[in-house]
Amino acid sequence: MLNATLTQLSEALAAKRISSVELTRAFLERIRKLNGELNAFITVDEAHSLEGAKRADERRAKGEAGPLNGIPVAHKDIFCTRALRTTCGSKMLENYTSPYDAYVIEQFERAGSVLLGKCNMDEFAMGSSNETSYFGPVRNPWDKRRVPGGSSGGSAAAVAARMAPAATGTDTGGSIRQPAALTGICGLKPTYGVVSRYGMVAFASSLDQAGPMAKSAADLAVMMNVMAGFDARDSTSLQRPKEDYTRGLNRSLSGLRIGLPKEYFGAGIEPGVQRAVEEAVRWFASQGAQSVPIELPNAKLGVPVYYVIAPAEASSNLSRFDGVRYGHRAKGYSDLADMYARSRAEGFGAEVKRRILVGTYVLSHGYYDAYYLQAQKVRRLIARDFAAAFERCDIVLGPTAPSAAFALGAKTDDPVKMYLNDIFTIPAPLAGLPALSVPCGFDAAGLPVGLQLMGNYFSEAVLLGVAHRYQQATDWHLRVPSETPL
Amino acid sequence: MSLSDDQIRRIARLARIAVRPEELAAVGERLNRVLGLIDQMRAVDTAGIEPMSHALDVVQRLRPDEVTESDRRDAYQALAPAVQEGLYLVPKVIE
Repeated sequence: MLNATLTQLSEALAAKRISSVELTRAFLERIRKLNGELNAFITVDEAHSLEGAKRADERRAKGEAGPLNGIPVAHKDIFCTRALRTTCGSKMLENYTSPYDAYVIEQFERAGSVLLGKCNMDEFAMGSSNETSYFGPVRNPWDKRRVPGGSSGGSAAAVAARMAPAATGTDTGGSIRQPAALTGICGLKPTYGVVSRYGMVAFASSLDQAGPMAKSAADLAVMMNVMAGFDARDSTSLQRPKEDYTRGLNRSLSGLRIGLPKEYFGAGIEPGVQRAVEEAVRWFASQGAQSVPIELPNAKLGVPVYYVIAPAEASSNLSRFDGVRYGHRAKGYSDLADMYARSRAEGFGAEVKRRILVGTYVLSHGYYDAYYLQAQKVRRLIARDFAAAFERCDIVLGPTAPSAAFALGAKTDDPVKMYLNDIFTIPAPLAGLPALSVPCGFDAAGLPVGLQLMGNYFSEAVLLGVAHRYQQATDWHLRVPSETPL
Repeated sequence: MSLSDDQIRRIARLARIAVRPEELAAVGERLNRVLGLIDQMRAVDTAGIEPMSHALDVVQRLRPDEVTESDRRDAYQALAPAVQEGLYLVPKVIE
């Protein structure tokens, strides 16, 4: 059961081969066994989860089961929940329990799923290794000396180590796809605006997007059917007809035009990553897909552009943490300004402070045009590159990250080194495009490698269908990490 | 370009983040590395390019001008570090 897909779990629950209480208990036991080492969860409330499971079983008995009825799901600790505290990986919110549920939480509740716990993450989703969390780093189940990626590192490790059948994440510059790649699971960042940001602690609002993380593309599709939808409480939520994200799962690959950006296959990529991705390209060709060489000449500017736009928006969003209405307040201070400055200095970690300072600088008087406005213009150039590419191909394919999971502490001294890890994931959110990562093999050290598929706006069902076909021919996504055997 | 200690102090003040004097050098060193990265995009020719402030070219929705929020003051104030008689407490601002 621990290794079953969401579809298999739904069938087992519907056939009454297992109850939600039994299923939830099995995952809670797994969490109890592994969380001490992996640190994938910040908060777990067993009694609350089991109560939810009991209610799900009662609904089932009355014939009121929703699509995910009785299935435990873990949530990134960025989604506000009334039942469990929401820390966002920060000391600032260590004791914060939200007075409302996030839209994503409501949707999973409506679908009947059981809240399994809140997953560890980089503080305020700022990081690519889960090492900026106030609650300590998450460890990669494939090699506990290595990072799981970030910022949704807890969600990724929880799914990879089979502590949860599925989890939610958020992606601003790669925070779903990069940890999915580094832990050998699947993750989708939807088109901007498809999933409501209501109740999701804000980092960079023009980029933030919630998405599913699970073992297979088919499971991602099932979760998207639950997560996507219009919500008036998010001013950027898109009003569009409801989609069935599973509709394309059995599509043919014949004639599919796969764009291969030369910038994603050049220098700076680890040989093990390059090999696995090229092997996947050959497999798609063998299925009748057509490889189209393309160029994304401005993609390389994605990282510098992102580190203007994201900190600028973060500096504005995080100004709400002032020690007055909620969150950490310093004990000693001389006056109001001092209380703000000390509360924020104590409540935020080094990386969050760094980004707030960068954002404050690029927005400050005299620098706005040179930094923020210029970054928004280059952002347009990056989006145009994709628009030109999608005239010639249906999807764009490349590695998710330039390397497999790196060692804990390897990049913590140099923020720029850490930022460059997101070089391949940053362009899609800058353009607002959907993109997913699926496992495509292992490097020489036995670490998983992620394959990234990017699509045009609202092409999630196409990406999921292509990934699903690939997963019917490969078993990379079914491998269980050697350090957390079942 | 590289930020001076004075500039860093000024930014920290604008950001309402206290930086201790002994932290200044380390904070500055890393900030300057990030600014070095950001500088790569400054030389790009963007003449005539419309800035992209949003991922999709959509117009802000308007809703009917109706009251939609209920009074949840007690629930919200239960989270505050200090309240009194329905008010948030902060240090005295005016003598």
